[in-house]
Amino acid sequence: MSEDAIIKKFMYVNRKSPYGTIYALESLEVVLITAAFDQEVSLTFTDDGVYQLMKDQKTDGIGMKNFSSTYAALGDYEIKKIFIDKESLEERGLVLSDLQELVWEDEDEDYAEKSSINLVSRADLSKIMNEQDIVMSF
Amino acid sequence: MNMLHTVNKSPFENSSVTSCISMCAKDNSILFIEDAVISVMKATKFTEMIESSLKDFNMYALKPDLEARGLSLDNVIEGVKIVGYEEFVDLTTEHDSVQSWL
Repeated sequence: MSEDAIIKKFMYVNRKSPYGTIYALESLEVVLITAAFDQEVSLTFTDDGVYQLMKDQKTDGIGMKNFSSTYAALGDYEIKKIFIDKESLEERGLVLSDLQELVWEDEDEDYAEKSSINLVSRADLSKIMNEQDIVMSF
Repeated sequence: MNMLHTVNKSPFENSSVTSCISMCAKDNSILFIEDAVISVMKATKFTEMIESSLKDFNMYALKPDLEARGLSLDNVIEGVKIVGYEEFVDLTTEHDSVQSWL
């Protein structure tokens, strides 16, 4: 990229369960496209969006594509910040271990795998969201 | 009338589930499909509502929709029957009518 390339902070806010609507899949597509343009991308999973990261999704029975494994590729696209809303997990009786572990590789530390997942309160999310140039909700 | 109610939206997303339960007549049946299967999981803020409604209604949840969302069958509230598509068809034929809550 040229030196004067503009890099903006993009946050994608995922608020819906994965298969009942197309939002989750569409969000993922847009996220990967944005990251391919070398922008600074972060993802937030809040409300029913936390279900998008559930482990052991098996979609054979509903005849839909299981796209849950694609989240594991986010690290390869230099997406290192995944925010999970703590309150949303709690009101659904979920804990972090119910969700996929997502990592990125730190090339400055011999490609050590580091967790991308940040468990945050809504108060924290409010601050983080306010620091973004662009926020898109799905 | 022996009515089957189907609900397909998450209780966290809109009021379909709570409205259905509040208007459902005694001994009617409710089948949770698509995102509504979230309703029948233990330890959510809707668990108590579902548990206390089980004495009045027959409740069912569609297994393929639970599995697709990674929702463990072991975490389904006791008393809610887990059914497949074939039993879904049976339920629609066994009831006098079907009300689909959108």
